Amino acid sequence: GSGGFRKRKHDNFSHSQRKEEKENVNPSSALMTCFKSFQLELDTRHDKYERLVKLSRDITIESKRTIFLLHRFTSAPNGEEILNESEVKLDAVRRKIKQVAQELIGEDMYQFHRAISPGLQEYVEAVSFQYFIKTRSLISVEEINKQLIFAAEDREETTNTTPNSHDKQPHTWSLKVTPVDYLLGVADLTGELMRLCISSVGNGDIDTPFELSQFLRQIYDGFTFIGNTGPYEVSKKLYTLKQSLAKVENACYTLKVRGSEIPKHMLADVFSTKTEMIDQEEGL
Amino acid sequence: MSVSDMFIALQGVLTADQDVREEIRKVVQALEQTAREILTLLQGVHQGAGFQDIPKKCQKAREHFGTVRTQMESLKTKFPADQYYRFHEHWRFVLQRLVFLAAFVVYLESETLVTRDAVAEILGIEADRERGFHLDIEDYLSGVLTLASELARLAVNSVTAGDYSRPLRISTFINELDSGFRLLNLKNDSLRKRYDGLKYDVKKIEEVVYDLSIRGLNKEAAVGAGGEK
Repeated sequence: GSGGFRKRKHDNFSHSQRKEEKENVNPSSALMTCFKSFQLELDTRHDKYERLVKLSRDITIESKRTIFLLHRFTSAPNGEEILNESEVKLDAVRRKIKQVAQELIGEDMYQFHRAISPGLQEYVEAVSFQYFIKTRSLISVEEINKQLIFAAEDREETTNTTPNSHDKQPHTWSLKVTPVDYLLGVADLTGELMRLCISSVGNGDIDTPFELSQFLRQIYDGFTFIGNTGPYEVSKKLYTLKQSLAKVENACYTLKVRGSEIPKHMLADVFSTKTEMIDQEEGL
Repeated sequence: MSVSDMFIALQGVLTADQDVREEIRKVVQALEQTAREILTLLQGVHQGAGFQDIPKKCQKAREHFGTVRTQMESLKTKFPADQYYRFHEHWRFVLQRLVFLAAFVVYLESETLVTRDAVAEILGIEADRERGFHLDIEDYLSGVLTLASELARLAVNSVTAGDYSRPLRISTFINELDSGFRLLNLKNDSLRKRYDGLKYDVKKIEEVVYDLSIRGLNKEAAVGAGGEK
């Protein structure tokens, strides 16, 4: 559109004027050289960003699959096997995170934070879910970061260097999950715990819901303690967290009141209607 | 570590973060004030009489950039040097504004596009990320785009003030700038949105040149400019 427009306008210029303009926009002028280097710089930056987005998506998908796998834990008799399998999956996720860390060597991590944040949150969710199933406690952000220190695989380059310089520069990279990413991941974890609670009732497990409600209450207290100190996203999650907690608390309440009356094989039915009711309320 | 201990520790981190942001905001406010003063000063060139003492205005503006440099120094001390992009949003706007002002001064003085290194020097910051508080390339380009719309306005006003040669020079400058930006592969972000406005500035200036051409005023300007030199 604008090209045609310009051509038309140029016809109004005298011949010399047109010639002069062509000369001025010559491709080797200082300004054009500058912009060529800008092109290179911006393209490099955008390419890196895109690679990180792709890695982040892979991390998200694999973490989600790990969470689904872990949900099978309570219903399956082969618990040990599932835990091992989840560990293998999380190792694969960590290999992806290693690639992220490699991309970020020498960069300011926060410059590309938007690209990788969703993946890291999902990873926190998966890893803390696994940790909870194993130890019934909350994984700390330090514990997560400890697992994200990667050593370089021994390559020829590293063996060629003198032992002295090798000692000075340990070939490790690390990626630190930021406190906010950690908080958002933990907030997502509570949703998974709520699902775990409802499904464990379905399996006739009476103890887990009470354990979970206590744990969720601790996390909820923690989040209310942080309140609006954190960024906006954290406060937003607080609302969903409250709903999850309410569901779990209601489940415990029902178990307490009617648990002794209802035969175990019918518990699942009681809760399926209960959760439906809650879902309907949300819709309103 | 119990759950509540963990959250207490996290809360401490978040509060410290907020304190840093508060400190940054204070300095940025001061920077915005200085930027407004420089802008007010330079806006004088659009008035008829302003065309005469452009060099004086530029010199005054350059003095104000001294204040900017001290304020930048103080901004650098407010946060760890390697966390530039963590707090980038706080000064992004004012930095773009300052780039524009520096570019405007340099254009008025020499009718050239200020380089990224030169802007960094005027503002007392670095051009490279490795060396500390730096000028992000996208901020630089945004500032340059603001300059384009300011020059479109200047072209119109210089005709009103009877300076017929300036629009022609602005036209060649903007055309070169336009071809420069055409080289860039921009993503669909704020910079791209601002770049989309450049074609209207180009159009506006071409219209001014056209108006001068059909009235033969550009020839008069060329003779006049030759006479001056």
